[in-house]
Amino acid sequence: MRLIVPLQGVVQGRGGLFVGSLIPCCLFYFLQLYLKRRRSPPPPPPPPDSDSSSELPRTSSRSSLFTRGNSIGRVRVSSRAAPLAKPPDSPYYIGLERVKTDPYDRVTNRDGIIQLGLAESTLCFDLLQRWMSENLMDSLMMQSDGSGFDVSTIAMYQPFEGLLEAFADFMSRIMGGNVSFDPSNMVITAGGTPAVEVLAFCLADHGNAFLIPSPYYPGFDRDIKFRTGIELIPVHCRSSDNFTVTVSALEQALNQARKRGSKVSGILFSNPSNPVGNILSRETLHAILSFAQEKNIHVISDEIFAGSVYGVDKEFVSMAEVVAASASGDFDKSRVHIIYGLSKDLSLPGFRTGVIYSFHEDVVSAAKKLMRFSSMPVPVQRILISLLSDTRFIEEYMAAHRQRIRDKHFLFVEGLKQLGIPCAESGGGLYCWVDMSSLLTSYSEKGELELFEKLLSVAKINATPGTACYCIEPGWFRCCFTALADEDIPVIMERIKLLAEPSTS
Amino acid sequence: MGLPLMMERSSNNNNNKVELSRVAVSDTHGEDSPYFAGWKAYDENPYDETHNPSGVIQMGLAENQVSFDLLESYSEKKNPEGSLWGSKGSRGFRENALFQDYHGLKTFRQAMASFMEKIRGGKASFDPDRIVLTAGATAANELLTFILADPNDALLIPTPYYPGFDRDLRWRTGVRIVPIHCDSSNHFQITPEALETAYETARDANIRVRGVLITNPSNPLGATVQKKVLEDLLDFCVRKNIHLISDEIYSGSVFHESEFTSVAEIVENIDDVSVKERVHIVYSLSKDLGLPGFRVGTIYSYNDNVVRTARRMSSFTLVSSQTQHMLASMLSDEEFTEKYIRLNRERLRRRYETIVEGLKKEGIECLKGNAGLFCWMNLGFLLNTKTKEGELELWDVILKELKLNISPGSSCHCSEFGWFRVCFANMSEKTLEIALKRIHEFMDRRRRF
Repeated sequence: MRLIVPLQGVVQGRGGLFVGSLIPCCLFYFLQLYLKRRRSPPPPPPPPDSDSSSELPRTSSRSSLFTRGNSIGRVRVSSRAAPLAKPPDSPYYIGLERVKTDPYDRVTNRDGIIQLGLAESTLCFDLLQRWMSENLMDSLMMQSDGSGFDVSTIAMYQPFEGLLEAFADFMSRIMGGNVSFDPSNMVITAGGTPAVEVLAFCLADHGNAFLIPSPYYPGFDRDIKFRTGIELIPVHCRSSDNFTVTVSALEQALNQARKRGSKVSGILFSNPSNPVGNILSRETLHAILSFAQEKNIHVISDEIFAGSVYGVDKEFVSMAEVVAASASGDFDKSRVHIIYGLSKDLSLPGFRTGVIYSFHEDVVSAAKKLMRFSSMPVPVQRILISLLSDTRFIEEYMAAHRQRIRDKHFLFVEGLKQLGIPCAESGGGLYCWVDMSSLLTSYSEKGELELFEKLLSVAKINATPGTACYCIEPGWFRCCFTALADEDIPVIMERIKLLAEPSTS
Repeated sequence: MGLPLMMERSSNNNNNKVELSRVAVSDTHGEDSPYFAGWKAYDENPYDETHNPSGVIQMGLAENQVSFDLLESYSEKKNPEGSLWGSKGSRGFRENALFQDYHGLKTFRQAMASFMEKIRGGKASFDPDRIVLTAGATAANELLTFILADPNDALLIPTPYYPGFDRDLRWRTGVRIVPIHCDSSNHFQITPEALETAYETARDANIRVRGVLITNPSNPLGATVQKKVLEDLLDFCVRKNIHLISDEIYSGSVFHESEFTSVAEIVENIDDVSVKERVHIVYSLSKDLGLPGFRVGTIYSYNDNVVRTARRMSSFTLVSSQTQHMLASMLSDEEFTEKYIRLNRERLRRRYETIVEGLKKEGIECLKGNAGLFCWMNLGFLLNTKTKEGELELWDVILKELKLNISPGSSCHCSEFGWFRVCFANMSEKTLEIALKRIHEFMDRRRRF
């Protein structure tokens, strides 16, 4: 009816009604025809001589069936796969691709695109490298009884018990030492990406939804939505709150979802948050937990940056700690799940190490079985047991890691400050959340994407625009600074300055 | 035989408990089946030559331990650090730690391609850019299923088949399996009639068939698929406009290389893209190289769309960069791979002959096999009733009395009862002798009655 009414306004009376209903129908028909033509041709009916007889036709030359290429339809992929086959449309991925075409190198390619779009740290590689060269061979080859190399111990697939204990202990240290982690609640996966996906598969069905405070990490769209079919409902946070989520916003989002008929299964959030770098307070975490308890939904706390906290006055509190402190009778902790991994804190994304920590034993049991689709190789397990149990090294490493991020953060934020560009307050993560709205030609998503393109092509910098993170305020960009050398920072600032200066031509 | 059940939801007894998904509560993981129950029995009482000689001998696990010494001598000869980090030694650590591109290391893909070509005696060529890496063949099979089929679509799979497929192909994907029934009258080879029947069955139930998945050489049969059958299969897939997946993870374990025809060989001589692009091959280093712990699998597809999509989806199941470095030099070492493949084949053949001869002496026949890490044994004549119950009864007796864990044919969806898969490559020769001795004693006792 809505289509017809405006057209009735154009041509009056019965004629209007007729034309008003005919035109949309025609348009719809032509649209269908257009879509049909664009789709691949349907498979042709089988040629008459080979139809439903019990014997296949014997052709004298095997190639004759295969050379009838023109009449054979193109075989199709599933509808789940189709979106993946197209080039990515999120600026997050577009930026990453562009850097690959012309990557900055301070020696060989000083005019290349500087990568600020990938949250990885190289700041403590020297320490890791030293550890590896001193300990690697032993950790890999030595038997537990001290005897020499036996290939069957790394070739055969066996889950190493020592790894869960080592990880549990490591997580406890990383997260402030105020809470202990039980190895029997842990499942280890080949990376943070599969950890998030496996957990999603266990907690919600196709078509259900998770609430997620935004701006959020663009990778979640892939990790959560792709194969599980679970929806992500952004809960918009604002700069006035320093982008911290509130229970009222969660409540509102949940009610709206229910009105739409969406079933919300849980809340997913990062702490420290990505892309803002917030550390959630104990009170906020408690409030989220109470909200989840009231609505009987899950809580997924992605704590993958827990060890990358640099704010001096900021204390990271794990959801596990809040759960331990809330030991009241009617609170069901089996709704709480934590994601962790070594890609950020220990700078080892190449090793593919992720952790699901769940207080729900059925989730642990199901996730353990699903682990077969993304399992950690035995050689890596052995190295990690050795690395994570070297508590002296871990302490030295974590202290250096935090300090170096703090130093780099200071330099980067100062540099931006000199240009009159402020950043959100942050205390963790490998990035900062930069307010570039002063550089926008129009205060809108369009303006932001234009700036993103200018940053890439003129300033030759890849930073992730807030649109890709579902930020509701335009002009914000995530800049990752932990793969930069100190001397790269003035180069970056000079380039940004190019965009800040009014053009003289 | 009804169609396999979809995931079931168990009732949520506690009204206040937070809900889990269908995937989490379903039993599609199949770990309650006899296939896995036998493993539990083994875990509780594992055989050990010195410490537990009367324990359960694991003959239900298809793993290859016959050629470990070859791997060991290779690692010892080469610079160990080099093999870990590539030619740069520990300086290569930086690249290892950071690298997480789903394309995979070019050197490793090239090494895989060349290894796969060697296994096929150079009869087919593999393009490294069509190789997508996954953390094991289990992941490769699941990934392909996600890409080629939607929930409630079906793949046709010839029986008997690897019990793990019920879980790997169906659990998270929501895709169904429709069996193509094969029987002993023609050595369990796939016939055109069986193919058509399976397709009709699916169509009558309003289920859309998206592809055929075969394992070649077959698990559990331990035999290669004949070239003519492969050609018929490809014909069938072209006519129905569906995909053909060939899981060739045992291709390096064929006793005589000349007896194996890969689907790659058939496709090699076809120019028509619309024919080629429905063919996909799964491979892994877990069986041929005896390295299941390394978690290395691959999808090789002749379809550009599938390669691109699989690559992107492989983010969920990447092979660690360190693993790739470790194995790249080994797999591209011509001298090593030639020697390994040749010796591995010989040793497996000898093992096979040992067990088949030993069983024959007891009046037990096996299907004529020429590949793999197991044999397909016929104990139909020992069943009280030729039913699934009768078969499971016998299986239980073998597990409890002989303390041998073997896999019953019914767990492989075999439509004839009394067949069992017996693995022989995951133990020492001595242990194999002990197993045969136990069978001899058992048959002796039966003969006396």
